[in-house]
Amino acid sequence: MRNSNSIFQNLDWFSIFLFALLVLMGWANIYAAVYNEEFNSIFDTTQKYGKQMLWIATATIIIAVILFIDGSLFQTLAYPLYILSIISLILVLFLGKEIAGARSWFAFGGFSLQPSEFAKFATALALARYLSTKNISLKSWRTKFTALLIIFLPSLLIVPQPDPGSALVYSSLLLVLFREGLSGSYIFFGFGLVVLFVLSLLVDKLYLIIILASLAALTIILTLRIKNFYWSVLAILLVAVAFIQSVDYAFYNVLEDRHRDRINILLGKEYDPKGIGYNTNQSMIAIGSGGLTGKGYLQGTQTKYDFVPEQSTDFIFCTVGEEWGFAGSSVIILLFIVLFFRLVQLAERQKSAFSRIYGYGVVSIFFFHFAINIAMTIGLAPVIGIPLPFFSYGGSSLWGFTILLFIFIKLDAYRMQIL
Amino acid sequence: MKRQHLFYFFFTSIALVFIARLFYIQVVKKEYKLSAENNVVRKVKIYPGRGFIYDRTGKLLVGNQPAYDLMVVPRQVEKLDTNEFCRLLSISKENFQERLNKAKAHSYIKPSIFLKQISKDQFASFQEKLHLFPGFYHQKRILRNYQYKSAANVVGFIGEASDRFLKKHSEYEKGDLIGITGVEKSYEDVLRGRPGVSYMMVDVHNRVKSSFQNGRYDTLPQPGSDIYCSIDIGLQQYGEALMQNKRGSIVALEPSSGEVLALITSPNYDPALMIGRERTRNYNKLYIDSIEKPLFDRGLLAEYPPGSPFKVVNALIGLQEGTLTEKTTYTCRHGFHYGRLHVACHCGTNYPISLRTSISKSCNNFYCNVFRSIIEKYPTAQEGMDTWSKHVKSFGLGKFLNNDLPTGRRGFVPDASYYDNSFGYTNWKAVSAISLGIGQGELLVTPIQLANLSAIIANRGYYFTPHIIKEIGGAPLSDENYAKPKYTTVDSIYFEKIVDGMFDVFEKGTARWSRHDSIPMAGKTGTAENPHGQDHSIFVAFAPVDKPQIAIAIIVENGYWGSRWAAPIASLMMEKYLTGKISRREMEKRMLEGSLADEYEKQLEEKYHQKLLAGGVDEKQ
Repeated sequence: MRNSNSIFQNLDWFSIFLFALLVLMGWANIYAAVYNEEFNSIFDTTQKYGKQMLWIATATIIIAVILFIDGSLFQTLAYPLYILSIISLILVLFLGKEIAGARSWFAFGGFSLQPSEFAKFATALALARYLSTKNISLKSWRTKFTALLIIFLPSLLIVPQPDPGSALVYSSLLLVLFREGLSGSYIFFGFGLVVLFVLSLLVDKLYLIIILASLAALTIILTLRIKNFYWSVLAILLVAVAFIQSVDYAFYNVLEDRHRDRINILLGKEYDPKGIGYNTNQSMIAIGSGGLTGKGYLQGTQTKYDFVPEQSTDFIFCTVGEEWGFAGSSVIILLFIVLFFRLVQLAERQKSAFSRIYGYGVVSIFFFHFAINIAMTIGLAPVIGIPLPFFSYGGSSLWGFTILLFIFIKLDAYRMQIL
Repeated sequence: MKRQHLFYFFFTSIALVFIARLFYIQVVKKEYKLSAENNVVRKVKIYPGRGFIYDRTGKLLVGNQPAYDLMVVPRQVEKLDTNEFCRLLSISKENFQERLNKAKAHSYIKPSIFLKQISKDQFASFQEKLHLFPGFYHQKRILRNYQYKSAANVVGFIGEASDRFLKKHSEYEKGDLIGITGVEKSYEDVLRGRPGVSYMMVDVHNRVKSSFQNGRYDTLPQPGSDIYCSIDIGLQQYGEALMQNKRGSIVALEPSSGEVLALITSPNYDPALMIGRERTRNYNKLYIDSIEKPLFDRGLLAEYPPGSPFKVVNALIGLQEGTLTEKTTYTCRHGFHYGRLHVACHCGTNYPISLRTSISKSCNNFYCNVFRSIIEKYPTAQEGMDTWSKHVKSFGLGKFLNNDLPTGRRGFVPDASYYDNSFGYTNWKAVSAISLGIGQGELLVTPIQLANLSAIIANRGYYFTPHIIKEIGGAPLSDENYAKPKYTTVDSIYFEKIVDGMFDVFEKGTARWSRHDSIPMAGKTGTAENPHGQDHSIFVAFAPVDKPQIAIAIIVENGYWGSRWAAPIASLMMEKYLTGKISRREMEKRMLEGSLADEYEKQLEEKYHQKLLAGGVDEKQ
């Protein structure tokens, strides 16, 4: 029997401290984004900051529950939780409440839950469980395929909600595969596909194919000495051409108008008569107007006057940029990076493969959210609606991120008990 | 290198990229450094001019006039001289507070409309002082300007889009004005145009400083297209005048095109009531008037039994089916008798009469027999009835006309299955539905369907779907639905015989008092029985007989019989349209001054007493 006091032993207080700091700073920014003189009680649950306070309070309860659960349970529950998530993602397509054109929420009276936020940790758990199974090697095609299936099944179910942002998040788990020994050339290949995707939207298809073909020809001539290598080059060329062809289809049939517009604007391809670029522009004005040291807490006007859309959710970073300036924004970025470093460290010190893989899953998901969200507010990525972890307003995302992180913290604390 | 180090490297490089980018936009680049203390960008929607509406002769019916919405951003409102403010806008101080509170409740930081649709004149004096009232600014709106007090039911009016409408039409925003009825509604897409947006930099005093980024994000409004509708405003006004103090409607069509020349419903209202700050109050006043129903377009929506004009349809069907010929005669003995069934007739003949006379005399007996012989031509009454029903429907009755008028009714033409259900057995006979022979019974038609029937006879067998549009944005109509003639199931040779009879109606028949000396007219009177009170006075007609230019249908509710009101009004309308003037001043005066107000009052009282007896009205001391 373990002493119940021991649940606080071995906890990584540094990560918990960073977590608490980010959540509170996030709350302060939501308060600033919504703030006006009329309503200023911080517990006013008709206002977003009041609700967020409620989410934070409930999140601490969730943390307590996770810490009390026996560490071995997570491995046992990995698959059941995953299956539950898949079911909830299917159900939400039929029973979900439509908000802003997307069927992503289950509504329970006045309060709604977004199953895609909870599917993230379940997927990370399932992937960890699968890859930590004995005699599993990422060298076999079967394993690769199964791992990809685990990762992208939820993603496929989220696309029709539609919520392409959340669906994209799952691709971050490819980083986990990389850590677990998947050849870097796959990551390179994936990166190549992204580049090809962008190029095929920018450049005329025909030219692109001609260029690729000549590149392939050149490679073959240079590598004639290597036996049979030209077959691989030709195969790659074939895949590339097929990909370019399918991008057109995907771009015009799978993505929604608003996403298409945003990508087009980011690529500088489309003149912006409808003011779609307005979001990004307003966001950059808000951040830019913050200057070196910012306008001071609650003094921001760009965000306050609602020039920035979704300013308490996806564009929360604008408030940071405007009120806290370059100094404040850099500090936030560094805090996130420090947290990520720490999480990688923790993952590396795990004895069990399950905990390690899960840890990498956590860090990859956080990192993806962080990178895409901030990149979009400063005009480096298209406007893809995903929240900034701990900062953005929203109960489901805060709960989801909290669970994601604290399961790992629990697993880390539990590592000593694994022989 | 271990793979975990690649993660550190990856994270660090992204962080560096972000910090570099932030440094660039926050510290290096000056463009983003809008001092938000002094400058804020305001999004101003520029409403396009709505397309004008003209009549067929090119007279402007509906134009535009500017008005202003006063907007407020509550957070920016500072201490102000409320007295002066209220005086300039002629609102009370309580009202001011109420409006401001409402705006605050909506949003403290987003603009709300403070006062809607302030007229140009009133706003001019206010605008000079606008800088004294921080937090307030204006947005230009375009309101309608009605040139005539007529044709409100035709042109319709515009109003704010409802939430339900907005949900279905994402291209509209809250506060946008849309066509609610009439041409404004049917041709909303054409008239609307496309609003533009302008982003302006304004200072704390709400003075526009410059356009945002040189108007990079601005869009120009695209004005709506003008349309020409088919009505003749002169004829419309004249018809409205003739119908004053009477309830009912007039529909006039051009038979050769199906264009609606006049669409009159009485009582009507002044379209100018539907604009400006008083609109809601005026609308409600008209809306709650459940006695006169001024918002109810009787020409399109009211369903009446057609009465005697329908006899010509039965005659045509009889001729087509071969059960009636020119030589067929029936002798009327004060009505139609069959067993205990008796349909009375006041044609006043007691000798065998033929088709032509039967029309001018409107003999009930004749048409009961015509109807009976059509039905009895077939082995069962069901088959006969279905054949008859199919013929009737080919006249555009009992179905939607499917045109560009935003509202309409189907009317009703029964068929065999209807009677099977209604009698509860299937061995009913032609005589069971005999009142269809004289246009009574279950039949229901709308005035526009009746006018269309008149156009069919004028055209000798076909019609063009009645429509209100003539030209959009300078291009004539190309819609096939309006350009293609629709034929009835009756051959055109039979129509001539009917036209002869209808010509006699004016020459020596029921409408002889409405005859015009130089314009040959053809028509048919009707007196429709009405369970709610006095009979309706009905008349359908067209003129000139040989080359018809106008076909008309008139219903005067509770107007006793056809020749009393409907026939003279029709005759005057046709004279007005064809000659542009009126020669029969005496008749015109009688129609203009004639009133059925007493009749309506009497009915209302009767109804009230009936309800009183039934205990439906609480009479309090």
